[in-house]
Amino acid sequence: MTAYRLPQGGEIDRTQPLRFTYDGRQVQGYAGDSYASALLASGETVLGRSFKYRRPRGIFGAGVEEPNIHADIRLKGHVYPNQRVTTEVAQDGAELRACGAAPGARSDRTRFVDLFSRFIPSGFYYKTFMRPNWHLFEPSIRAMAGLGRVDSTQPDALQGEQRNHHCDAVVVGAGPVGIAAALMLAEAGQSVVLCDDGTRAGGSLLSRAAVIDGMEGAAWLAQALDRLAEAGVTLLTRTTAFGVYDHGLIALNQRREGQADLLWRIRPQRIVLAAGAIERPLPFDRNDLPGILSAQAGLTYLRRYALVPGKRLVIAANNDTGEEILRVLRSAGAEATLIDTRKGTTIRSARGRQQVQGVTLSSGESIACDALLVSGGFTPTIHLHAQSGGKLDWDAAKLAFVPRPGTSAVISVGGAAGHFTLAEAFAALPAALGVGHAPQAEPQTYRVAEAWPRPGMKGRVWIDYQHDVTVKDVELAKRENFVSVEHLKRYTTLGMATDQGKTSNLQGLALMGALTGRTIPEVGTTTYRPPFTPVPLASFAGARSGSRMNPVRRLALEPQHRTAGATLGEYGGWLRPVHYGADDSAIQSEAKRARQTVGVYDASPLGKIEVMGRDAAEFVDFVYYNTMSTLKPGRCRYGFMLSEGGIVHDDGVLVRLDGGRFIVSCSSSHVASVHAMLEEWRQDRYPDRQIWIHDATAETATVTVSGPKALAVLKGAGIEAGDLAHMATGWTAIDGHELRVTRVSFTGDRSYELSIRQDLAPILWDRVIAAAKDEGGGAMGIEALMILRAEKGFIVIGKDTDGMTRPMDLGSDAPLRRKKADFLGRRSLTLPEAQRDDRNQLVGLIPADGQGLLPVGAHGIETRAGVKHSIGYVTSSYPGAGVDQPVALGLIERGAQRHGEEITLHHLGETRRARLVSPCFLDPNGERLDA
Amino acid sequence: MQIFSCPFCGPRPETEFHFGGEAGNDRPGGGASVSAADWAAYLHLRDNPKGTAREIWMHTTCLEVFVMERDTLTMRAQPGHALGSHG
Repeated sequence: MTAYRLPQGGEIDRTQPLRFTYDGRQVQGYAGDSYASALLASGETVLGRSFKYRRPRGIFGAGVEEPNIHADIRLKGHVYPNQRVTTEVAQDGAELRACGAAPGARSDRTRFVDLFSRFIPSGFYYKTFMRPNWHLFEPSIRAMAGLGRVDSTQPDALQGEQRNHHCDAVVVGAGPVGIAAALMLAEAGQSVVLCDDGTRAGGSLLSRAAVIDGMEGAAWLAQALDRLAEAGVTLLTRTTAFGVYDHGLIALNQRREGQADLLWRIRPQRIVLAAGAIERPLPFDRNDLPGILSAQAGLTYLRRYALVPGKRLVIAANNDTGEEILRVLRSAGAEATLIDTRKGTTIRSARGRQQVQGVTLSSGESIACDALLVSGGFTPTIHLHAQSGGKLDWDAAKLAFVPRPGTSAVISVGGAAGHFTLAEAFAALPAALGVGHAPQAEPQTYRVAEAWPRPGMKGRVWIDYQHDVTVKDVELAKRENFVSVEHLKRYTTLGMATDQGKTSNLQGLALMGALTGRTIPEVGTTTYRPPFTPVPLASFAGARSGSRMNPVRRLALEPQHRTAGATLGEYGGWLRPVHYGADDSAIQSEAKRARQTVGVYDASPLGKIEVMGRDAAEFVDFVYYNTMSTLKPGRCRYGFMLSEGGIVHDDGVLVRLDGGRFIVSCSSSHVASVHAMLEEWRQDRYPDRQIWIHDATAETATVTVSGPKALAVLKGAGIEAGDLAHMATGWTAIDGHELRVTRVSFTGDRSYELSIRQDLAPILWDRVIAAAKDEGGGAMGIEALMILRAEKGFIVIGKDTDGMTRPMDLGSDAPLRRKKADFLGRRSLTLPEAQRDDRNQLVGLIPADGQGLLPVGAHGIETRAGVKHSIGYVTSSYPGAGVDQPVALGLIERGAQRHGEEITLHHLGETRRARLVSPCFLDPNGERLDA
Repeated sequence: MQIFSCPFCGPRPETEFHFGGEAGNDRPGGGASVSAADWAAYLHLRDNPKGTAREIWMHTTCLEVFVMERDTLTMRAQPGHALGSHG
């Protein structure tokens, strides 16, 4: 191909040259060029390698339809992988690398593969790379597979942005019909967004001749754009409407120079699809050679970029557009020949190896050429119509699937509706939109004749360029009975590449129709799904990245913890002190200190859901496994909440403040789910009863003082707790501020939970910490607390239990036997599955091999009849603090009856021995609670 | 993204809602005397209708639990209405 620039014309600015590199080679262009036009003008032909056969490939299209040439673009420190060179505006200083070729497209190491093409048909991968293991072959195949390379070292990836927008109508496509539709709606008083994926509005008017309302196309366009601005239409260029989603949501992705893309979410009253149509290639032997372009792309390069694609051109078309292109090329001074396939002569094959050098016609005649422009008819861009559930009709005259009006919320107009001439498209607008008067265009004709790939075609005839699917592959799919269009797609990968078969799907199903004796509408299309073109993941993520992806909840006392040097970590959604100081050896010393004197920890995330009202007692009786209605005011009781399936959902202490007021102290990480569950049952089962539920977790801070010196610390802090018994609660004050003291223990030591309004927490914390230091104690983090609770056998739901754990498996079976009232999950606990005697039960484990900590997740293994079985696993494991050995908890089959037995544990190739013991390693009689 | 309508808060995006199961799946009364088959049906068996479905949803920002009719084919969703005597 010997493309050349014309001395004048086009949208390029010849006073502003720019340079970029492609596979390391310098390329020159002008401001206004796309990478594709600059590459073509620089005489570049082989710019990519095909997916499978590693064939040399050149640019085929001029827009989103481009199947061949994709590059990773590095610009100003950012890498944009997998970009179509036809849609990207050329930038000075950019570095482009062809996707899927190494080291470059011209010099690709695997270009020999094409020699073996007859041995690697469709399905070759599935049949060949199964043994011994696909993963052996995967890395090298993946490297060849035409995918972009993400630069994971990129320091600060551009953060996507999103915008919700409100308007009456979104018009997709700013060609003449889209502009006319937007004008008609806007001038009828509607607010309109008009978007187009091109760099400027105009669509076909930018490259094709037209006379509209008596004006030349360009003149009509200029005044129409002025009227759009006057009417207040929001015009978005470089913006692709890529998806229509449920309930009328349309999503647009806008490219912005030097900034991340902007994703628009709009729910307009109506969506008008004026996206035009995409030209199909023609089928002949070696129709994939570089230098073979879509005819409309050739016209675009000529008109918009002043670029003639070759010195000697052949145009081949099965429709009326061939004549127009011939005229335009000749008037630009090019030597061009038209093959109108409707007249009987078709192209049999293209000649050339690295680029097209000529064509051989069905008549046997040969024509030398260095560029071949092909037009196989037009396929309406109906994706958004089909995405929103719209049906399609086959138009046998236009050889196109067109939207069936009224079958989707999207109104299709223009080329997207199969109206391939402006006069026809404009004439249909008033009825389609129900408003205004449309412009008038001079009548044109559009006639097209079939030029589908045919069974038995000689040579190598490509259907899907990007995924290397040929006529022979479709024939093979037929022979292997993959005749359904969805099977055809998956077996051959037709239309499954990043171009989603925009230039190829219809030919594939036309050929399958011919092979199976069905018409094209009988074969049907595959399902259209968003996105229309690839959208960067950063757009979908928007601002929800990094710490905003899943924001942590912050403690009122975080400044105090930071001042004390705490290392903070996320626990159940809260940012909490792991330990104090940077060194995690502090965990052990904090835990030991708490056993010897006193430890103070921030327990604020602990759930505090208040259940109030006359009927509250009956309600808590239903939602708890344990009998709670008998609880006396001022007392607390530990209990389980189950799912209706009988599985333990949460555990914790229920506090009864007075007759009609309870506080559900659920696990920190379960507050939201417990709150929702309580509300659901209240509204479903007790809608007319006097029950109010209020989550007071965030408004209340809790500081817990635990250890033999806990009472002394309260005294030292000036907190009067009186002779509060274990599992009792009462009110007191600090500096005149109301303070609730609750004696419950998650450590096995005497403990006081001090709850106060969260903004007053610093007063409480400072006082308590000072008093604790006086007693030889201090603050402790969550990890020390985990050691203390584990050596008492206190569980953490979700860690020491799983989706199979019933309360009986945790040693609690009295409520099931004794409780009178019905409760959530009750019937499930008497089902045979819940009553099996070989269930996994909570048990303590200690190493029996003298080798230190048992690994969490290690499975107990037993061999039965020569087969290894898992008998459960280790759920928690810590070095002891109050006991002198590592302790572990686990869920082990029949564990409760097997204390004293030794079992074998397997973990990541390691084998250990452990002894099953009671889960309570320290103070089984609970004497420390009152020490 | 679908738009559901909470009886209290009005139309809101679907991400604010939590599915609560099919409406009319009443909890069998009778405690221990409920047959295992009836209990299992209550726990596990769902109609999964094609077309109109009556469902329980919760609006997780206000915690209102309500009944909503939804067409599983067209995805059309009717405004929700409150449970019990409020509805």
